[in-house]
Amino acid sequence: MSNAIHVEDLHVSYHGNIAVKDVSFKLDAGNLLGVIGPNGAGKSTLIKAILQLIPKDNGQIMFYDKTVKEIRKQVAYVPQRNDIDWDFPITVLETVLLGTYPKIGMFKRPKKSDKEWAYECLKEVGMEEFYKRQIGELSGGQQQRVFLARALAQKAELFFLDEPFVGVDLGSEETIINILKQLSSQGKTVTVVHHDLSKAESYFNKLLLINRELIGFGSVHEVFRPEIMEKAYKGQFAFMKEIGVSV
Amino acid sequence: MFGEIINYFNYVMEYEYMQRAFLTSVIVGIICGAIGCFIILRGMALMGDAISHAVLPGVALSYVLGINFFFGAVVSGVLTTIGIGYISQNSRIKNDIAIGIMFTFAFSIGIIWVTLLKSSTDLYHILFGNLLVVRTSELWATFGIGVFVLVMIYLFYKELLVSSFDPTMSAAYGLPNKMIHYLLMILLTMVTVASIQTVGIVLVVAMLITPAATAYLLTDRLWIMIYLSSGFGALSSIVGLFFSNRFDLDSGATIVLTATSMFILAFIFSPKQGVLWRSIKSKSTKSLARG
Ligand SMILES: Nc1ncnc2c1ncn2[C@@H]1O[C@H](COP(=O)(O)OP(=O)(O)O)[C@@H](O)[C@H]1O
Ligand SMILES: [Mg+2]
Repeated sequence: MSNAIHVEDLHVSYHGNIAVKDVSFKLDAGNLLGVIGPNGAGKSTLIKAILQLIPKDNGQIMFYDKTVKEIRKQVAYVPQRNDIDWDFPITVLETVLLGTYPKIGMFKRPKKSDKEWAYECLKEVGMEEFYKRQIGELSGGQQQRVFLARALAQKAELFFLDEPFVGVDLGSEETIINILKQLSSQGKTVTVVHHDLSKAESYFNKLLLINRELIGFGSVHEVFRPEIMEKAYKGQFAFMKEIGVSV
Repeated sequence: MFGEIINYFNYVMEYEYMQRAFLTSVIVGIICGAIGCFIILRGMALMGDAISHAVLPGVALSYVLGINFFFGAVVSGVLTTIGIGYISQNSRIKNDIAIGIMFTFAFSIGIIWVTLLKSSTDLYHILFGNLLVVRTSELWATFGIGVFVLVMIYLFYKELLVSSFDPTMSAAYGLPNKMIHYLLMILLTMVTVASIQTVGIVLVVAMLITPAATAYLLTDRLWIMIYLSSGFGALSSIVGLFFSNRFDLDSGATIVLTATSMFILAFIFSPKQGVLWRSIKSKSTKSLARG
């Protein structure tokens, strides 16, 4: 069977500064992958380059043996929270409705059925009572749930979420991870950028550990081992042990 | 005052040149207001100012070639946009620096060409507007541009919304963000050209951002913001023209000052964002906390 994501020899740099170096991996459909590594390790860069949102220096990327162009409409992407303008004049429901745009096509407007679907997705994340709110008037966890609802509205095959748990309350975090697990059990492929090591073990079934270079890739128990983590987090790792993060 | 307003409308009805001035400035108010919403939401106020200045050499060149200055303006506006994009994408020069370099360059060339090819009076009129000499053909051209711009916003509303709000998502699902950017820049040059007689190149940016910013303080819905902003733009034109007439002042300046006055009112009194309610609210929560 073809891999949901197949990355070969990926290199990315910004104006000559290397951000991601020599990354190769294959991921089958139905996996919930955690992309972990310290701040500035190139996690966001990696998923943006995989989706060809930024230019790469070298490398090949295929999704189900197709190029990214051919599967774009099957991609749902949730940006890092500081990439969003929270003052934008848009309501919660309108934000989720954006998820229906890829399949509506040019010049057409969302229909009543699209709006109902968006509302269903809001219910899924438990945010339906806030549908009229401007998106800035929500807590961090609520905002992240709205963006997850938008991703659900896309009815995508491939999900990419950049640090969805930053600034999120525990309840929202649980809602989000449960939905992501559910998606992967339905055969969707979910990739989550996550810089916090705690819980990585229980959240994901595969891990990709990166610090510019690929340090480890595989099932959680293969990658989540002190000697491998040490390599990615270097000095930070001992520190994390001290403050009681279980490893 | 009321009598004077009646007089003003009578005057507008009576003289054709006033009718043309009135209609032209109202159309300009509407389209600047509409496009302006996207300009401010995309954080492109500086770009708006730049492109409006950058049409000048194109206008000058159109005189020489004997073509409608509309075409020259669009060409120089788009070339400047491309130049800015090229510099900021191919070097460490940041976008705002590239904008500053390119538009002052284009504007300077424009100043020299217009004064050499025409006269300083013409330059003055292009820079600051000259509403009282709008010809019928120019009114129709403005009307045509207005209709075109509004239709484009209507047709591409969905794409403009998503690429303004979350460009990474729109790129991820395959929208051509760059094309949308250039479309917006083309519309911007068209709006600038339409505004030359009303407010002039120098003050176009005010018509683009002030009514839009006013609307931004009053609503949380993009489509309402567009209607409000267009309404404020049109109202600024009507009121500004009145003051220009009544006190024999430069119409571009009075229109912009009217728009600014509306902004100040919204800034103080807006129910959600206004400084007045905010301070009342914070006082009452403080007294609640005390009590
Ligand atoms: N647009 C950009 N221009 C230049 N350098 C960038 C840009 N985005 C990220 N970088 C650099 O690339 C490296 C990786 O960044 P990023 O992928 O955001 O890391 P992470 O998401 O793991 O925190 C960092 O050193 C960062 O400073
Ligand atoms: Mg990041």
